[in-house]
Amino acid sequence: MAEVKIFERPKSMTDVSTHYCPGCTHGIVHRLVAEVIDELGIQEKTAGVAPVGCAVLLYNYINTDMYEAAHGRAPAVATGCKRVRPDLTVFTYQGDGDLASIGAAEIVHAANRGENITVIFINNAIYGMTGGQMAPTTLLKQRTTTCPFGRDPKANGYPIRVAEMLATLEAPGYIARVTVARPKYVIKAKEAIKKAFQTQIDGKGFSLVEVLSTCPTNWGMRPTEALKWLEENMIPYYPLGEFKLPN
Amino acid sequence: MSNRVLMKGNEAFAEAAVQAGCKYFFGYPITPQNEIPEYMSKRLPEVGGVYLQAESEVAGINMIFGAAGTGFRTLISSSSPGISLMSEGISYITAAELPCVIINVMRGGPGLGGILPAQSDYFQATKGGGHGDYRLLTLAPGTLQEATEFIMMAFDLAEYYRNPVMILADGFMGQMMEAIEFKKVKLNYDIPDPKEWAIGYMAERGKRALIKSLSLDPEMLEKHNQKLQEKYRRMEEKEVRYESVGVEDADVVIAAYGTTARIAKSSIKKLRDQGMKVGLIRPQSLYPFPYKPFNDLPDGVKHVLVVEMSCGQMIEDVKLGVQGKVPVSFYGRCGGMAPSVEEIEEAAKKLLG
Repeated sequence: MAEVKIFERPKSMTDVSTHYCPGCTHGIVHRLVAEVIDELGIQEKTAGVAPVGCAVLLYNYINTDMYEAAHGRAPAVATGCKRVRPDLTVFTYQGDGDLASIGAAEIVHAANRGENITVIFINNAIYGMTGGQMAPTTLLKQRTTTCPFGRDPKANGYPIRVAEMLATLEAPGYIARVTVARPKYVIKAKEAIKKAFQTQIDGKGFSLVEVLSTCPTNWGMRPTEALKWLEENMIPYYPLGEFKLPN
Repeated sequence: MSNRVLMKGNEAFAEAAVQAGCKYFFGYPITPQNEIPEYMSKRLPEVGGVYLQAESEVAGINMIFGAAGTGFRTLISSSSPGISLMSEGISYITAAELPCVIINVMRGGPGLGGILPAQSDYFQATKGGGHGDYRLLTLAPGTLQEATEFIMMAFDLAEYYRNPVMILADGFMGQMMEAIEFKKVKLNYDIPDPKEWAIGYMAERGKRALIKSLSLDPEMLEKHNQKLQEKYRRMEEKEVRYESVGVEDADVVIAAYGTTARIAKSSIKKLRDQGMKVGLIRPQSLYPFPYKPFNDLPDGVKHVLVVEMSCGQMIEDVKLGVQGKVPVSFYGRCGGMAPSVEEIEEAAKKLLG
């Protein structure tokens, strides 16, 4: 019987092992991005921008032209690239410290200009690479190494809902929040990522997909517990859905 | 018929960049350089380019990182506090070996300081500013004519070395008007085709581009630093530029750059008219610095007088050049104050005894 290949590594993914911790969901999201790039047939006409954070080494895994930006500045780097080469598909991939804290100005203004780029925003409610400090997205009462008694809104304010905040702007074309905590969600996440890239290809402006993700290492949980914690705690505060659709 | 046009400095800087083939400008308003972004906002669309007002200098320099990564000619301008904000990005651009031109129309500091001319960013431009072992090729024009020529040359230099080039001007140069002839300046250098390394040519090259500065392996990072240093040594061999006037018979040599050198030239003329032998060394490249003319001063030179619109920054390089052979004195004004022709004349006379 002839062999039929039913599953393979996307072309837009390099053939190396990732450095991510067991149970981390970055790998799933990387793969979804690579699958979408393959399906749209844009591998050789795509430029990605890696953030500072756990995904800083994204450029080792996504097999397209890549930049590695300064902390929080990926949307500015993507803007510079896209304005010179509008024929390229340009995306950033950023964590919550990178995008919602140090890079808050860059993401808001890129979205507000309707910059024709795509942003994949990983929200895992914590700083991963630096060892589990409080992020702008850390939930109330959630313990981190810099809010060891739990996040207190009096001292640190409330977790930022980035997707909803950016959806208040006129210019963005597509904004959605998804998760990859279960296979059923992964399918939806891929649809959203594909829609975001398509929005850019159609010239309909800024697109962002917020992906609720886990960080078992810094949450101090087993991978399965982390997935459960995400569903029980993050989804109620960060509702899944589409907040802005292209005209 | 002369092709000279009367133009304001900042606008002339911008036009020189356009004529050098720069089509992409990312800027943020700050006095006294606002005419550069203003000019670009109407001029660049005429040549099919893009002007974009960034949300901050921090974003602006990172837009340059993205744009320069495509291999096209890019320009950004600012004034002192704005350059401080860009310094992190400049460090990344040097690390990733991207070409771009940065104009600093200097104003008085530190802090918010003032909006009037100064030369107090010499250290920032030539010794770092941002983190890590990097260098900016730094050119200091003395007139608007020279500025336009240096700006055109800067794009070639940036691409040849794949390193940012800074044009260190001051608020006088940005705001004054002067007759300029836009001459085509082109270096006869073998500039590598950006398609060999830039973003956007994966299919043609058969290989993707990687524009980055991260290097977690210390041996690799050391190697990368050594490669950069080797490049800086080549700049030091090839890119030293200076003007030397009346040094051969001089008793006192004045060292000054930019607008200050221009004022000093008037002082030297007056001193010469009175029979006093005073010369001038005007560094045109601040990095690499022209140490040699200071090391090779004729035996008759008894004193060097450094004049700056700062509290004394270039003087440190002059001293490194002179190597203690003769005394080096300083006269400076700062905070937006400029030395007058008479003040420099007086300072030189004191040394002449």
